Amino acid sequence: MNFDFTEEQQMVRDSIARFVQDDYDWDARKAIVASEQGMSRDNWQLFAELGWLSIPFAEEHGGFGGNIVDMAVVMEELGKGLVVEPYFPTVVLFGGLIKRAGNEAQQAEWLPRIIGGEVLGAFGYVERQSRFALHDCQTTATRAGDGYVLNGEKVVVFNGEQADHLVVLARTSGAQSDREGLSLFVVDAAAAGVEKMSYPMMDGQRVANITFKDVALSADALLGEEGTALPVVDALADEAIIALAAEAVGIMGVLNAKTLEYTKTREQFGVSISSYQALQHRMVDTMMAYEQSKSLLFKALCEYKQDPAMAAETVHALKVLIDRNGKHVFGEAIQLHGGMGMTDELDIGHYAKRLMMINTTFGDANYHRSRYIETAYAA
Amino acid sequence: MDTAYSAEDLAFRDEVRGFFAEAYTPELQKRLRSPDYKSAIEEWQRKLYDQGWVAPNWPAEYGGTGWTATQKYIYETERSLAGIPNVVPFGLVMVANVIMAYGTDEQKSYFLPRILKSEDWWCQGYSEPGSGSDLASLKTKAERDGDDFIINGAKIWTTYAQYADWIFCLVRTDNSGKKQEGITFILIDMKSEGIKVNPIISIDNHHSLNEVEFNNVRVPAKNVVGEVGKGWTVAKALLAHERTGIAGVADVKRAVRVIKEVAAKEENGGQRLIDDAGFQQRLADIEVELMALEFTELRTLATQAAGGFPGPESSLLKIKGTELQQASQELLMEIAAYYQGVLPIDLDPDALGHAFAPDARRSYMYGRAATIYGGSNEVQKNIIAKYVLGLE
Repeated sequence: MNFDFTEEQQMVRDSIARFVQDDYDWDARKAIVASEQGMSRDNWQLFAELGWLSIPFAEEHGGFGGNIVDMAVVMEELGKGLVVEPYFPTVVLFGGLIKRAGNEAQQAEWLPRIIGGEVLGAFGYVERQSRFALHDCQTTATRAGDGYVLNGEKVVVFNGEQADHLVVLARTSGAQSDREGLSLFVVDAAAAGVEKMSYPMMDGQRVANITFKDVALSADALLGEEGTALPVVDALADEAIIALAAEAVGIMGVLNAKTLEYTKTREQFGVSISSYQALQHRMVDTMMAYEQSKSLLFKALCEYKQDPAMAAETVHALKVLIDRNGKHVFGEAIQLHGGMGMTDELDIGHYAKRLMMINTTFGDANYHRSRYIETAYAA
Repeated sequence: MDTAYSAEDLAFRDEVRGFFAEAYTPELQKRLRSPDYKSAIEEWQRKLYDQGWVAPNWPAEYGGTGWTATQKYIYETERSLAGIPNVVPFGLVMVANVIMAYGTDEQKSYFLPRILKSEDWWCQGYSEPGSGSDLASLKTKAERDGDDFIINGAKIWTTYAQYADWIFCLVRTDNSGKKQEGITFILIDMKSEGIKVNPIISIDNHHSLNEVEFNNVRVPAKNVVGEVGKGWTVAKALLAHERTGIAGVADVKRAVRVIKEVAAKEENGGQRLIDDAGFQQRLADIEVELMALEFTELRTLATQAAGGFPGPESSLLKIKGTELQQASQELLMEIAAYYQGVLPIDLDPDALGHAFAPDARRSYMYGRAATIYGGSNEVQKNIIAKYVLGLE
């Protein structure tokens, strides 16, 4: 029984924390979000140099060979700094799919470039009608000669604006909501027939709706075996949910610390508002929400590290708890900051908006509570 | 114990419904969501004025409707069911009530008709950078100079100060006694020299809030409402009115209707959200509380029907009302899923579908303020503990 982080993990944690403290203060982040690309390519190169982009990939491809705990450490620290550079879409999603489904040649082609910061990636899986059901897919890839022709649309593609390459979930056979017949393809965002409509999200990230009109794909664009993508995507979603939960835990910790500090300095009725027992109890509640979230995250990490299948139930539970506790924590953070918490100028609301996006990504609490019931109470 | 509508009530309901259907045009609805908001809401209020309905709660002698409590309730219900925004409260609800109760004849005859016709846009100068829920700690200073007061200080969270012709302010005219004493209620022309309005962008990415600075602003002493130094009494009465107004039962009802509409269209792998058991339970929880709050509000209205200012029990309406507003806003925002995050409010709905989503986020984000403004809900609980339960 051991919940300690390794020395290596502590070093990664410290290095990201130092970056956030020295190079990613609130004004720096604001300037990046407002910039034309909505991210800093210089920062991305720095992430590559510091080895953060290599964490989940095997050493034979130049990776760090890290496990889910290493990934969680990175995500938690990036969360604390509200870092908008597209780590999650590029490394966790795009890289995660290449890692899981790619053959030797594909891994050798893509992973070193991800690790080196040469590729910005994205994963197109949400469709207008699909909501949280990953298998609800109308985008089609039809056989044409040796290759395929891709048609359809993916919406709210994280990092869709900047990504130069995408993995796209498409239907190679079957009907709209069949669980079989789904396949993954690597698509060049600059290919003929690919069109992007970009827009910003409330948490500072840039996304795009991407349409595919008769996009020609060669046979080696196929990632994994044709028609068998859903289990791969489901497994990726589990890992992504854990990564996002770690980010959320980082954010909750920051919100609680900032709120505690604010209530000590804010005076009303001649005393600091932190002296009121009613408010003290509420901050105790948010502290407990944070600790409980962290505990369930640790359970998911321990299980997933041992065997990803072991974590199946816990992942659903984690999504439920992170959603509920995240709302609780940011709600109290805004409330206890009073009018100041309502301003766009203060960072509190921005942490809240990132938690809101985390909550809805790969399914919200309501969705995962139903999945939990299906999984855990199956007779 | 009876809430059944009479035949007259039903006829009145049809009349209100008919008027709204005709007067609240799609063109006006569109403008209310656009940068043209100010002229659009003023136009709507003038339509209501022409109809004689702009001030249901004013006594008939000042241009009110003379409606019964039931008629007011019907009107408010129909308004929100039609999705029509409330009138801007700062003039028609807040300062008007103060002027009617405490104003001089001159103030009444000058200001009330102008408010009724929406000729002046009002804003509220209560909170200050250092004094939010502890309103009585306010520091904005008013010093007597002949027939005038000279005002120095700053007000904050001033909604729509950028549009305002007038601001009603609490200012400090005396520092010697208890902090509640020495506060004065005064009306200030926003065109006065020395006033500066600084915008505050809120977390819904919208500009409605402001900071208003006063730098040696000269205000005639005849603009004081009530007695000099008795502003706290005036302020408390007004806050009670504000609290009753923000229970917003009818608006939550409307929100529930919208939730049902959109939840019938969103699907997870072919299953409609409205058919999902977990979703249904959450919606039912909101509706159960809402049913109760509606009758809590009716009980308060019935007590007040005789007239006069509402008492500390209005704090209950404020707390439960704002909690329910936030619960319904949260549920709607969740229905929006990924699309809640879409920032451009004017993105072509065809480009993405889920056209309700950006508005859902905005309401949810700005809705966080409801438990803070008008005296935070924590302060409301203190008021109930002290004045209703008698706890010290």
